[in-house]
Amino acid sequence: MSAPNRSYDPVGVAALEPQAVGEAVGQALAAIEAARDLTELKDVRRDHTGDKSALSLANREIGALPPAAKAEAGKRMGEARRSVNEALERREGDLAVERDLRVLREETIDVSMPTDRGHTGGRHPLTTMMERMSEVFLLMGYEIAEGPEAEAEWFNFDALNIGPDHPARTMQDTFFVDSAESGVVLRTQTSPIQMRALLERPLPVYVVAPGRVYRTDELDATHTPVFHQIEGLAVDEGITMAHLKGTLDHLATMMFGEGISTRLRPSYFPFTEPSAEIDVLCFLCRGESVGNLGSPCRTCGSEGWIEWGGCGMVNPRVLEAAGIDPDVYSGFAFGMGVERTLMFRHGVTDMRDMVEGDVRFTRAFGIEV
Amino acid sequence: MRVSVQWLASYVDLPPEVRGREIAERLIAAGLEVESVETLGAGLQGPLTVGKVVRIEELTEFKKPIRWCQVDLGSEHGGTRGIVCGASNFIVDDLVVIATPGTILPGDFHIAARTTYGHVSDGMICSERELALGEDHAGIIVLPDGTVGDDAVELLGLGDEILDIAVTPDRGYALSVRGIAREVATSFDLPFNDHAMALADLPAPEATDAPWPCDVDDAAICEMFTLRRITGFDPSATTPAWMRRRLTAAGMRSISLAVDVTNFVMLDTGQPLHAFDGSKLRGTVRAGYAASDTRLTTIDHVERVLSPDDIVIRDDSGPLGLAGVMGGFSSEIDSTTTDIVLEAAWFTPRRVAQTARRHRLATEASRRFERGVDRVLAPYASAKAMQLLLHYGGGSYVGFTAWESPYEPTRIVMASSLPERTAGMAISAGVVAERLTAVGCEVAGSQGDGADHFTVLVPSWRPDLIDPADLVEEVLRLGGYDELPSHLPAISGGRGLTERQRKRRRLGLWLAGAGLTEVLTYPFMGPADIAALRIDEEDDRQRGVTLANPLSDEQPQLRTTLLPGLAAVARRNRSRGADDVLISEMGRVFFTTKYHDLGTTVIRPATTSRPSEDELAALEELLPHQPEHLAGLLIGQRVRSGWWGEGSPVDWAQAAALARGCALEIGVHLQPRAVHYAPFHPGRVAGLYLDDICLGYAGELHPAVLLHWGLPPRSCAFELDLTVLLDASVAVSHQTQAPIIATAPVAKEDIALVLDAGIAASDVAAALTDGGGDMVESVRLFDVYQGPQVPAGQRSLAFSVRLRAEDHTLTGEEISQIRELMLAAAAQRCGAVLRGS
Ligand SMILES: [Zn+2]
Repeated sequence: MSAPNRSYDPVGVAALEPQAVGEAVGQALAAIEAARDLTELKDVRRDHTGDKSALSLANREIGALPPAAKAEAGKRMGEARRSVNEALERREGDLAVERDLRVLREETIDVSMPTDRGHTGGRHPLTTMMERMSEVFLLMGYEIAEGPEAEAEWFNFDALNIGPDHPARTMQDTFFVDSAESGVVLRTQTSPIQMRALLERPLPVYVVAPGRVYRTDELDATHTPVFHQIEGLAVDEGITMAHLKGTLDHLATMMFGEGISTRLRPSYFPFTEPSAEIDVLCFLCRGESVGNLGSPCRTCGSEGWIEWGGCGMVNPRVLEAAGIDPDVYSGFAFGMGVERTLMFRHGVTDMRDMVEGDVRFTRAFGIEV
Repeated sequence: MRVSVQWLASYVDLPPEVRGREIAERLIAAGLEVESVETLGAGLQGPLTVGKVVRIEELTEFKKPIRWCQVDLGSEHGGTRGIVCGASNFIVDDLVVIATPGTILPGDFHIAARTTYGHVSDGMICSERELALGEDHAGIIVLPDGTVGDDAVELLGLGDEILDIAVTPDRGYALSVRGIAREVATSFDLPFNDHAMALADLPAPEATDAPWPCDVDDAAICEMFTLRRITGFDPSATTPAWMRRRLTAAGMRSISLAVDVTNFVMLDTGQPLHAFDGSKLRGTVRAGYAASDTRLTTIDHVERVLSPDDIVIRDDSGPLGLAGVMGGFSSEIDSTTTDIVLEAAWFTPRRVAQTARRHRLATEASRRFERGVDRVLAPYASAKAMQLLLHYGGGSYVGFTAWESPYEPTRIVMASSLPERTAGMAISAGVVAERLTAVGCEVAGSQGDGADHFTVLVPSWRPDLIDPADLVEEVLRLGGYDELPSHLPAISGGRGLTERQRKRRRLGLWLAGAGLTEVLTYPFMGPADIAALRIDEEDDRQRGVTLANPLSDEQPQLRTTLLPGLAAVARRNRSRGADDVLISEMGRVFFTTKYHDLGTTVIRPATTSRPSEDELAALEELLPHQPEHLAGLLIGQRVRSGWWGEGSPVDWAQAAALARGCALEIGVHLQPRAVHYAPFHPGRVAGLYLDDICLGYAGELHPAVLLHWGLPPRSCAFELDLTVLLDASVAVSHQTQAPIIATAPVAKEDIALVLDAGIAASDVAAALTDGGGDMVESVRLFDVYQGPQVPAGQRSLAFSVRLRAEDHTLTGEEISQIRELMLAAAAQRCGAVLRGS
């Protein structure tokens, strides 16, 4: 490298001649400019600013000059060396930037390659559906109540105004624990939690109770012996059916969007009186599909409304069983199937998908519904 | 309850333009669950004509029997036509239904004259299925009566609409045409013609023979019992077509005139009736209790052993039937019966329900009695049945006997403002009275306690109306629930999730974040599941709770561990092509408690007031122990193979890390200990301890268990008692103190020890930590060696140690001092020597 310097005689005083200095600077600047990378630049620095370089040698000659010439020569040499050093610095900076860019360029990889070294988990949509529905009530000031799944018959039936020979008791196909006379069943509904809440909590009571319930149905596309309900209960002074309607409408809005309301139809449950079935306005067609043969709605079967659950005003007999004076307090209760809610909100068509635990089903929902 | 619109019209004069769909909508708004509306023979266009079969020629040259028939349709319809027919359930002179060319049958089936089986068939002889009347395809319809040339459309009731109504248990009255018609009349604001209660044309009894004597043991089981007797009945008399049609539309089969009449009157009025063969009765017929251990063969030919709790009908010969449920075989009317004794009664609903349940029988009669039959209806219904029997079967009315206890209508006193206070909207007292009257109540006003009250007399057909709240429902439903305003109650602040609830959710999220997919399995298991676990007799998991009526005999009990359920789900996922399965579940397990036998002290506190604390405690005592568990199952690769290289399989350490990580996430530090615990690999399972309490297990599953489960070798699992874990977590909530973050430099030392291979690494680490004192920031195992370079039976453990002082840089002297203390402790507690020394 730096071959042009070889022919140069470093031992001449002539080295201090302006022309010679200028040439040395010119050669140095050219070499600096020609350096293609930091390694080459290092050699250039050695050759043109090192101890044996023309400029260093010339600089050393200054001492041999007559005093009158020293100052001028010193100044000239200073300028010459400064310009070379500045050029070196500049070039070094440029080459460092270039090198860094090159390294980054060379490190480029195909970022479209898969990144899933580990596994993605998920929460069961029934779990997250119960949480989402509960959340609506938590925000209103309700609390979440719980109870056992193997439950005393008294809580599951008697306390809810379903006496031993009540027809509703045969309607619900109950799993009996141990024997039919044990007094213990797998709870057929989340409603026993109502009675527990009324017995355990001070009034007023505002609770929701999501949970697992059991009926002796064989598993098929529309039935499962183990399923989930969410139950709500409000007992306070002055609670009315209008409050019940308002609460259900609010839930419908929170779950399905603005403008989605509920409709109540008279019905019968032993633990509420008056009782009603809850229909929710179809969130997909908003009732537009009714009688509109051109655009049928699969979500509501073009009915406009979807059956959602049951509700009513807490039967005064239930309040009495909890030791609450029905002349002072009144309440409402409601319940809906979580599976059913998931089915129509998310287009699940087969109950078995929610039961079988196929991880593809659950992962599709991630950690929230 | 299936009810035809034409039948309803016998009680309500509906305008002709009112269709079934509109009736259904009004009934739904009134609280009757109308599940479907169907039109009989929907899609039929053009005439159907009654024809008489004149001649039949059997065509035998085809694969199946074919008939070439001549049928007379009368002169107006072209006289006699030749028709080919594939059915053979008719003979010459039978009346049949003919669809002539041009008629379109349901299903868009166009009838035309066409050549078939070598003859021109000039129409079709119709079966029930072709007319969408029923599923009976075996033969064509043979009419019991009719006139040649008549319009068969009307004769068959085609075009009538059938409403299918699911009746809720409170509305027993809606299990009758009469009851539904009353709702229709109210909802259309039309007059209701209660002809069921009319006894106008009742013939006088011909007292040629004594009416049958009757009696009742106890008014507590039967408040009214009546018998009506007919003699000289013609057993060969047939059921008229119109009645058969009504029964068929209601979903009942026609059996014989006598049986059909009792069924018809039951459907019409709601009063179940029973017809005895009078020649088979002996002495007084009474409603009463069964004698214990007597036997009765019911008409379904099942011999039943009776208990004194059963209520029965009996005579001098013994039990004749289960009262209100099912009659007996011995007194059943048959094809020779000429002497009919009609029973109509009112049985106590609860007693009928008990009897029906004990014998696992649910009949049309028991369904009605359980829900409450009109208390005063029996004599009217039996009169109506008698009229029909006499009209269609001849004979004479012999007389009527009855036993009745006094009847008092239910009286309810209700504040007139209760409906509006319940609804949360204004409803005037006048409207309340008006609507209750429409339901059939008698409403009288009264002034009491300074408030306006109504005294309401409930009609005999509404036994469900007992409390003021029941009347409120009637008032509100007649107004329509759509009238209700909608607003939220004002609630004072709630406390949000409990600590346990919040932590349970956090664990769910954490497990999902760790790559596990949550599943929810059924909590059922059986002996085979237990056996597969390879657990011994003493194991807690043998103390499962059994179900009295399991869905499957293979899984008759409730789970005591989540692992079999997870294994089944994993197997299903694998069979569907999943290679790696990482799943978790949180759910309850169920154990019998050791301290009492389940169910020996069943109590049922009264529901008229709050149970005592003792009663509540006794109720809790009944219940099995049902803690929540949390478990995971890991199969396949933890890190997948990919462009980055080979993956790594799941291992015991990942299972342990997940279990301990869960606990740590909610502030509980679990320490592993070597244990033996099925179904895990005996050398690769850690018991996870908080102090001396074991909260669960994690590790590799036993190879034999995996083989049995059909899962790959080396699969791993963990299971924790979530209830205890949450207890432990709640106990340390809010107790975390901020640590002091020392900024002095850390000193890093490596210590390699050689010691007996059986000593747990965690014990060595603990010895080093304890020995080093306060300056020891952490001790972490980084290498394990066992092989030729250490003596047999020993291994080398290498730890990286971090030392730090709070306030100064540790000097070399301090560091070597601490190091010596650590080595001394390891030597003393674990017999460890420094490797290479
Ligand atoms: Zn829709």
